[in-house]
Amino acid sequence: MSAHASTTNGGHAVASDKLFVGVWVVLLVLTGFEVFLAYLRLPSVIMLTILMGASLIKAALIVSYFMHLRFERLGLFLLLVPAMVFCICMMLIMFFPDSIRLMNMRPQ
Amino acid sequence: MSEPEVEGIVESPWSGGGSPFAINSKKLGMWLFIVSDSLTFSALLVSYAYVRLANPDWPRPFEIWPAIAKSTLMTVILLTSSLTMVFAVSAAQRGETKRAVKMLWWTILCGLAFVGIHATEWYTLITKEAVTPWSNPWGTPLFGGTFFGLTGLHMLHVTIGAIYLAVIATGYKKGKWTADHVEVSGLYWHFVDLVWMFIFPLVYLMSVTMRSGVTS
Repeated sequence: MSAHASTTNGGHAVASDKLFVGVWVVLLVLTGFEVFLAYLRLPSVIMLTILMGASLIKAALIVSYFMHLRFERLGLFLLLVPAMVFCICMMLIMFFPDSIRLMNMRPQ
Repeated sequence: MSEPEVEGIVESPWSGGGSPFAINSKKLGMWLFIVSDSLTFSALLVSYAYVRLANPDWPRPFEIWPAIAKSTLMTVILLTSSLTMVFAVSAAQRGETKRAVKMLWWTILCGLAFVGIHATEWYTLITKEAVTPWSNPWGTPLFGGTFFGLTGLHMLHVTIGAIYLAVIATGYKKGKWTADHVEVSGLYWHFVDLVWMFIFPLVYLMSVTMRSGVTS
């Protein structure tokens, strides 16, 4: 990651327009796959798991290539991403046990 | 590994060096804003998931045609706008002002198309289906609140992004701003695209009408 940082303009010269088109095609294919899953109407838990997996891959592609975080110094990645992931994990840990508790309290 | 700017470190352990991340302050500022904004959207998505899980009569009103088809088209438009945005950034960095400005305007056009299609969808939901933030014909009223809250905040981001890019495109053409400004505006635009990559599956694809009926 940081090895590219000292090239011209903070390292943007390393990524070509061709690479960006490739990333765009992968994003479109993943979107198509997600819509196909919705068409199949899989059970909610399986559907949610696969959709979140696909969305995380898409987010990683956008951040790495379109936002060229992959070509920045490792320090910038370490500044931004771990803290954000930690905060999101905290939200999930705090909230979901309670919503599952409420779900189990439903009158059947 | 080369260290281009380290003169500050020698003077004081607290100076942090000349440029620890080797990026300009505008870009660092935008990245920090993006992290905070992503947590805003995360909080909204988590609260949506919370109320959805806790409510037995959560509606699944979106048919494959037209709702899912429309939102898929919106996703494709937004992804394409990200592609034209990276073209604008790379053209600006190569010094090709004309191409950069053209690509910026294509990006804005895609953004406006996204907002336009989204607005027609809102209009149909509000007028034909009688969905409001506090009521809907299918189930828990929280559906409208979370749907309009999430998609509305995202639409606001796209609208602000289109205005931001228009300002950058005009100023960059005049020579008032540099390729760095184009790049920083690109970061914002890609972030808006990224957020949609979570809203689209969670709000739309997870709410496809089941064969058994509207409520799950």
